[in-house]
Amino acid sequence: MLNQTAANVVGSQGQENHEQSHPRFLAHHFHSSEQQFDSGKLGMWLFLITEVMFFSGLFCAYAVYRSTHPEIFIYAHQFLDANLGATNTIVLLCSSLTMALAVRSAQTSQQKMLVVYLTLTLIFAAVFLSIKYVEYSHKWHAGLLWAGDFHPVAGHEHAHDGDGQDAGKTTVMPRDVGVFFSIYYALTGLHGIHILGGMGAIIWILIRAVRGDFNAEYYAPVDFVGLYWHLVDLIWIFLFPLLYLIH
Amino acid sequence: MSVLQMETESAAVNERPSAENYLNCSHGFWSWAATRDHKRIAIMYLISVLGAFLLGGIFAILIRMELWTPQRTIMDHDTYNHTFTLHGAVMTFLFIIPSIPAAWGNFVLPVMLGAKDVAFPKMNLASYYLWVGGALFLLAAIVLGGLDTGWTFYTPYSTTTNSSVITASIGVFILGFSSIFTGLNFIVTMHTMRPVWMTWFRMPLFLWSLYATSIIQVLATPVLGITLTLLVAERALGIGIFDPKLGGDPVLFQHFFWFYSHPAVYIMILPAMGIISEIISVFSRKPIFGYRFVAYSSIAIALLGFLVWGHHMFTSGQSRISAIVFSALTFSVSIPSGIKVFNWLATMYRGSIILTTPMCYALSFIFLFTIGGLTGLFLGALATDIHLHDTYFVVAHFHYVMMGGTLVSFIAGLFYWWPKMTGRMYSEFWGRLGCFGVFAAFNLTFFPQFILGARGMPRRYYNYPPEFQLYHQISTVGAFLLGASLFVAAFTLIHSLFRGRKAPANPWGAASLEWQTSSPPPLHNFESDPCAGDPYDLDSQIYDPDLSGYRFRVESERLHSTNDSAI
Amino acid sequence: MDPKTMMAVSETDGGSFWFPTAGTQIAKEVDGLFYFILALSTFFFLLIVGLMLVFVVIYRRRPGYARKFAPDHNSTLEVVWSVIPAILLILIFFQGFTGFLDMRTPPAETYEIKVVAKKWSWAFQYPNGYIEGELHVPVDRAVKLTMTSDDVIHSLYIPSFRIKMDLVPGRYSSMWFQANQVGDFPLLCAEYCGTKHSDMLSRVIVHPSGEFEKWLEQASNLMSTLPPPEAGKLLYNRRGCAQCHSMDATARTGPSFSGTFGTSQPLADGTTVLIDENYIRESILEPMAKVRAGYRPVMPSYKGQLKDLEIDAIIEFIKSLK
Repeated sequence: MLNQTAANVVGSQGQENHEQSHPRFLAHHFHSSEQQFDSGKLGMWLFLITEVMFFSGLFCAYAVYRSTHPEIFIYAHQFLDANLGATNTIVLLCSSLTMALAVRSAQTSQQKMLVVYLTLTLIFAAVFLSIKYVEYSHKWHAGLLWAGDFHPVAGHEHAHDGDGQDAGKTTVMPRDVGVFFSIYYALTGLHGIHILGGMGAIIWILIRAVRGDFNAEYYAPVDFVGLYWHLVDLIWIFLFPLLYLIH
Repeated sequence: MSVLQMETESAAVNERPSAENYLNCSHGFWSWAATRDHKRIAIMYLISVLGAFLLGGIFAILIRMELWTPQRTIMDHDTYNHTFTLHGAVMTFLFIIPSIPAAWGNFVLPVMLGAKDVAFPKMNLASYYLWVGGALFLLAAIVLGGLDTGWTFYTPYSTTTNSSVITASIGVFILGFSSIFTGLNFIVTMHTMRPVWMTWFRMPLFLWSLYATSIIQVLATPVLGITLTLLVAERALGIGIFDPKLGGDPVLFQHFFWFYSHPAVYIMILPAMGIISEIISVFSRKPIFGYRFVAYSSIAIALLGFLVWGHHMFTSGQSRISAIVFSALTFSVSIPSGIKVFNWLATMYRGSIILTTPMCYALSFIFLFTIGGLTGLFLGALATDIHLHDTYFVVAHFHYVMMGGTLVSFIAGLFYWWPKMTGRMYSEFWGRLGCFGVFAAFNLTFFPQFILGARGMPRRYYNYPPEFQLYHQISTVGAFLLGASLFVAAFTLIHSLFRGRKAPANPWGAASLEWQTSSPPPLHNFESDPCAGDPYDLDSQIYDPDLSGYRFRVESERLHSTNDSAI
Repeated sequence: MDPKTMMAVSETDGGSFWFPTAGTQIAKEVDGLFYFILALSTFFFLLIVGLMLVFVVIYRRRPGYARKFAPDHNSTLEVVWSVIPAILLILIFFQGFTGFLDMRTPPAETYEIKVVAKKWSWAFQYPNGYIEGELHVPVDRAVKLTMTSDDVIHSLYIPSFRIKMDLVPGRYSSMWFQANQVGDFPLLCAEYCGTKHSDMLSRVIVHPSGEFEKWLEQASNLMSTLPPPEAGKLLYNRRGCAQCHSMDATARTGPSFSGTFGTSQPLADGTTVLIDENYIRESILEPMAKVRAGYRPVMPSYKGQLKDLEIDAIIEFIKSLK
């Protein structure tokens, strides 16, 4: 066991840089900027894990119904427009790229580029949501809603897929197709809410970036919002094939 | 770190630094409501969860009163159904889940680490207000049509009943966020705020248990969130994922729900075990026996706890194979729990046992938790569970674990850290008397329920066959005595606030860091950096009559005697 | 609660301290396992609490007592008290598992009865199509229940047989038992299902050998042998009407049957309706169509579960309640 004298070497990381200057954004209870950054980063990763768990509940529901009612998924996916879905995938990938560049700009203290890249990311996010809106409103008019309000309108009930094989299947509608749309709306809706939340966060760091808060010394918020944005993007990468590309 | 700065700061504010503490360093409503100090947040949490406990307790007493006679006693069918639902919901979501982590974890964790605060103080405060928000929603649900689904919200009953399920679900959803924030904060704090000398295996076991708890909070709570989101969508829009009429599967809800709610049981019990590990060691004046086994068993319980949710559903029509697998996994969780109990006993072996109030509660915990754990075996075994499932046997079992375990441990923590938190000592006589009352009345209340259950009395029954009346009446008498004993405990503590003698820095002779600072601690926890050491090296502490508390033994006093003078 | 079922519950109270009477072979196996676990648990409980108390007494701090050296860990000991309980747990698991398989594996030849649960009554349908609210079975013969629910999840629980199974809407579940004792046993709902969950009680009546068939034949012919109002009264008691509709003008979950026939009554939507044969028939088949003012729309439909003749009998019965 340790005795008192030997034990007086107490945790004192970062003692040396403390006396000179107290960094502007260092909270009082941290020893150093590194400790603060590490804490924030770990916290962000944990938060991302909770997000993954949150979505995984829905992915489980998807897996359960896909395995018990495969015919519903094969039938219903043709009402989703794979072209719009693919466009959205590309849009989100681009936004991830601009987000990564934004983080890079913050790390290298290029304030102007940071503002530009963040704005670009916001624009891509807005494009994504607009396309999503087009898809939703089309389904709304076609009566392709969740199970409780699933009343397909006869005229609109055409498949989006061009090839003739799939079109032939539309004639027989399996029971409980609404469940597919319930899962579709739950997954994409929740994802959409996350996009909105992400846009809010990007606007917040954009304002701070314009104010000139970020530099090579302090860029943690940009980094963390970036991580979040990549996760939201990643979830879409899973959603797209699971919902739009079923065979 | 900023030793220099801190000393100058405190000297500037007050001429006598030792007199200033986190309670009197600032005043006024906003100094509390907007505080980021983990200790003040802990106190706000403590008062709030105790308020929730009182509310849940009133519901419990109403339930027991109604069950005094086999038929109507004081309320009708529907009122009874609302009452037991709210008892369950309030006790689970507002009291037990946040109780130990949010109150004791918040108060003790940074101090045990020698840190100034948790990693994210603002998030900590947000967590508290989320709790308040969730509680308001739950209360709103009580006012706006009540809630009669049982705390488990099983579909399709919850999607068809006309009580305010949506409001309550939103409340629980928000409470889930509160819980996630606490867990996330604790994990980060333990990873990044530990002093360099405190390796993982020099952390007090309470921190290990909080770490395990936090893992569950972070991983499991989001699943509850999505489940409740789907439930709300089901009720509001009819998305049909749980509705058999639209092609959905109501049993899927049970899987989702128990995927969270079974690990949640370990959110409740793991920190309770952590507190017991601290108290047993301190009051046996011996290091905890098998430190590593106790630490690892917390993690093992947390991880295995994710794999056993199906044992709530043996009669739900799940496939035989899954029932068998879940049963087998369930038994595996009992091994680490058993390890803990045996290690506590071995800690007491050849110790120097002091029966202070916290120790009395800790011994009660071992007694009650052993019964709770062993009766779990009847429920884990498939053949007997089929008979006992959804009967009073289950009710008795989980009350022995949740109340006999978590609540008793929570009170043990209350008496253990009370001097540190308030700076006052309470009356040991009244403290022990309250403990004895709680222990005896608890058994009187819940033991008869094992017999009721095995004899075939289902839970959530308003009317019951007259042959069960005697057992129900014993249980009701016990409930009233239990309530009275809890008031004795409460008055002991409240009395100490006004009449108690001042607490020394280390009244118990414990070696973990929270006892190295004054009682109550200063705003930033330590006037000077605490000494590094083994949290279970109790021989390093010696009783000093001048302080009427313990202090570090100096080298010359060491090894002369292991027998400290009595308190 | 229906006084008859209440009596049935207490009459069969011939069990032990822990259990009601065991009415099947499997019940005895379950009891055996229960007592085995009880013995093990008692042993470990006494061991743990006994040691705890002994330690408190002999190692308590007192003047003149000095703490002796004790190790702070011992891996062998840790392994011992992990492995021995683990072996015992495997034993318990194995017994529970085999008992469970017995419980869930019906023999090849079974007598099948269909069960439909609804808030808050049971309907047992025998192979000839006859439906009753109580479960009649022959002694010493394997009976298989194929079960589903009309509304929310219920759970069929026969304490004396130590069996229980959920009834889930939209799917079928099943369970089986072989009663080896003649008598009446309580049958309960064990999954919370709303207001009158605790009144969703019925009985299992185990007939002596040879008498079950006689009972079934007699019961199935009730409609043709009894005058309609009396047959209606039997249906009222057996098919769950009595849960919610009184015969003595007191309002329960549903309106009373007494003295309403031929009167005009207000509906929940503000209109009024004449209580006549058509209204009663419609209320039985489509209860949500016209809900009486002051009552919640909770009645389940009996479409497909009451034959026309039976509905007529119930109408005659209500008519007779002036």
